Amino acid sequence: MNPVLRVSGGFLFFANLLAGQTMHPSGNMFRPLATPARLVSELSELTVVICLSVFVIVAGLLAYAVIRFAYREGDSRSEPAQVYGSNQVEIAWTVIPILIVFVLSMATARITSAVQNQPIPKDALYVTVIGHQWWWEFQYPDLKITTANELHVPLSSTAQPHMTSLTLKSADVSHGFWIPQLAGKTDVIPNRTNTMWIDPHETGIYLGNCSEYCGTQHAKMEIRVVVDTPEDFQKWVERQRATAATSDADAGQQAFLSSPCIVCHTVNGTAAMGAIGPDLTHLMSRYTILAAETPNNAANLRDWIKDPQHLKPGNKMPTAPLSDRQLDQIVAYLTTLK
Amino acid sequence: MASISYPIEEGHPAVRKRAGFWASFVDEWIFTVDHKHLGLMYIIIALLFFVASGLQGALIRIQLMYPNNDFLSPQVFNRMFTMHGTTMVFFVGMPFIAGLANYLVPLMIGTRDMAFPRLNALGFWLTLFGGILLYSSYFAWTGPAGTGSAPDVGWFAYAPLTEKAFSPGSSTDFWILSILMSSTGSTVTAINILATALCLRCKGMTLARMPLLVWMFCVVSFQILVALPPLTAAQVMLLFDRFLGAHFFDTNATGDAVLWRHFFWLFGHPEVYILIIPGFACVTEIIPVFARKPIFGRAAMIGASVSIGVISLGVWAHHMYTVGLPSRANIFFAVATMLVGVPTGIKIFNWIATMWGGRIRLRTPMLWCTAFLFQFLLAGLTGIMLAVAPFDWQLGNSYFVVAHFHYTLIGGLLCTLFAGVYYWFPKATGRMLSETLGKWHFWLLIIGFHVTFDPLHFAGLLGMPRRIYTYPAGRGWEGFNLFSTWGVAIQAVAILIFVWNVLDSLIRGQKAGNDPWDAWTLEWGTTSPPPEYNFAVLPEVRSSRPLWDLKHPEDPDWKYEQS
Repeated sequence: MNPVLRVSGGFLFFANLLAGQTMHPSGNMFRPLATPARLVSELSELTVVICLSVFVIVAGLLAYAVIRFAYREGDSRSEPAQVYGSNQVEIAWTVIPILIVFVLSMATARITSAVQNQPIPKDALYVTVIGHQWWWEFQYPDLKITTANELHVPLSSTAQPHMTSLTLKSADVSHGFWIPQLAGKTDVIPNRTNTMWIDPHETGIYLGNCSEYCGTQHAKMEIRVVVDTPEDFQKWVERQRATAATSDADAGQQAFLSSPCIVCHTVNGTAAMGAIGPDLTHLMSRYTILAAETPNNAANLRDWIKDPQHLKPGNKMPTAPLSDRQLDQIVAYLTTLK
Repeated sequence: MASISYPIEEGHPAVRKRAGFWASFVDEWIFTVDHKHLGLMYIIIALLFFVASGLQGALIRIQLMYPNNDFLSPQVFNRMFTMHGTTMVFFVGMPFIAGLANYLVPLMIGTRDMAFPRLNALGFWLTLFGGILLYSSYFAWTGPAGTGSAPDVGWFAYAPLTEKAFSPGSSTDFWILSILMSSTGSTVTAINILATALCLRCKGMTLARMPLLVWMFCVVSFQILVALPPLTAAQVMLLFDRFLGAHFFDTNATGDAVLWRHFFWLFGHPEVYILIIPGFACVTEIIPVFARKPIFGRAAMIGASVSIGVISLGVWAHHMYTVGLPSRANIFFAVATMLVGVPTGIKIFNWIATMWGGRIRLRTPMLWCTAFLFQFLLAGLTGIMLAVAPFDWQLGNSYFVVAHFHYTLIGGLLCTLFAGVYYWFPKATGRMLSETLGKWHFWLLIIGFHVTFDPLHFAGLLGMPRRIYTYPAGRGWEGFNLFSTWGVAIQAVAILIFVWNVLDSLIRGQKAGNDPWDAWTLEWGTTSPPPEYNFAVLPEVRSSRPLWDLKHPEDPDWKYEQS
């Protein structure tokens, strides 16, 4: 096995261990774990059954025709009966497909409306998703929380339904928001606000991807949705709302605040108030960095800051002119942002 | 066998040639306005671009063979799939069908050339230079931040990624200009095909007796005339945005990203039918000859082709189910899209009914037609799945879509084009292609095709998005991708056998004679290859199968055909 593979295969495994959470890495749309995905999956199963039946019947007829009517050595060389067509037969095979289309149209109309026109309850959690080249920003306007790449939402059970309504916006080009086990994809388009909703039925981490080509690092624009029990979600909220602990005596904090990092990044409670890159206030509460499967740890943070083009070539984070000592101090500071 | 060809003696003004190899070469292959030469030139450039684009496809597959592979950088990968898609659609598909139309339409309707021979040459050279312009972007100066060297915005180039702010290099301009150029070429060719078919049919050939291939090319030409202007308009608007500070799609200045998608798919969806209907046209001519029966339900075939041509103009937003259109719009476009399945179904049933009760000669052209029928059936059904709007919310932009459209374009279109090449090669060159090599080519390509594209459906169903240059392990995608890449190697061997077959048969192939397949349409009534003037005396027809009438004077078609 080539070393690149081994290392990166390890990445995912490692990231899961760190998570200490049930992983739902599958993008299998036929294993839905939220209502929109389940509605779509049921309609899709119906469609697949109809299409496969049509395939079996028509392909069977075709195979029969080819085998039964193939010319074989010794067959008469004369021409077969010249048949030009039949209006009755044409009508029959026009009407049957129309009936199938009718059935599928009705089912499609029902599910399309059910998903798109679902009323959002008053107590729903609102999250604004902002697509960037090439990472995700998640703002919770009512909770005054901003985070990146890992979206936390509460579990929705029959006893305690919790709907999450997502407002999708883009900071640059078009992206697509897609977590197959929770819902179908919705595009994230600049100058346009789209919405979608989810109500996950199981806790754990769900994986999804940007589904609209958005430039160089489209591949590394992963979405992680962390579904917590309502209690755990509340704890997470409390933690995120806190500002970072500051201490002017901390050499790492000094190094960070005097570096170019603060032009783009925010750490609440400090002078770092940049709004271009991900909010770092609670950086270490995230399992991964780079909107990829890279585990969030000191070694990877150092690698990333030292040469941003190494782990994610083409990305927009500039290389900051930092000495090794400054680098160590900044990484040490970042790892305190819990 | 009855013949309707009368050779004209050498030296007659109609056939006078310049002396010398180079002089005659230039006359025949550069300055030519002969529809047959232009037709072959179109097909030759299509095959050359096919090889280039096929190699790009192979590189894409090698990169995706393993998770976290680093065979290609993300920048190079993104250029690869952009060039692959753009080349296959605009410089393989379009020239190939233009070549077939050029070569066949005048011969099949019994005339001497296209209606506007010089316009025809213009169309060819615009297409060729469009392609050269696209590829010259590889040699262009690099823009800021490595954004030069071949476009990397995807073949549908969604705004605002194509705006100066996000694609500052010159490569996007090359892309815009090359498509403007080649689509102008396609437009003039479409006008020419329509004018030829409507005005130059031989005596006795009413529209009802016109060969179905010509009918279908008329439908395609009509679609081109309706569908290409939105593309051209969008490209011009994008140029305005990039160079004159307009804001059509510039979302940084209140432009509209969705507007581009409407314009593009107003072209883009009819375009897929523009590509596949010529494939239908080939099998509609070939299946009857090898089943030894006339096409079943001729009028229904014409009706179905015209309905596909019309309905396909109103389905474009099925590429846009995820942009947030209101549910009623999504439902409208879902129903319209599924309706295309009805005339398409009629066609498939008619092809099967044509074979039913026949004595099917399973020669190479017919093998390709048979494979086409199975594969296109499945491609059509995955198309129905994608038409169901909510299903598409999951399948759209996933590898399922990649598998679906490669099924229609390789499993469907490419198979029919090979059927056409094996069927008409004897007419164009006077020599038969080897049946043995043809069968090797056929079976290897079919196996390679299925190994490559069948697994990609499942990768898509497991959530693998398209256009990613790499993917992590552990998402269940590895096996399908590895399998798929090996299929490419099998396809490559098949294509090499085909190239060898063509070159070898040109020199040593068995002599074809005028009518090797015992066929019924007018092109088989003249010599192989046909003389420059096609027919010394223009034929006169009394039915849709004029050569059948000549060969079976005791039982001619015109006795049964009304009209």
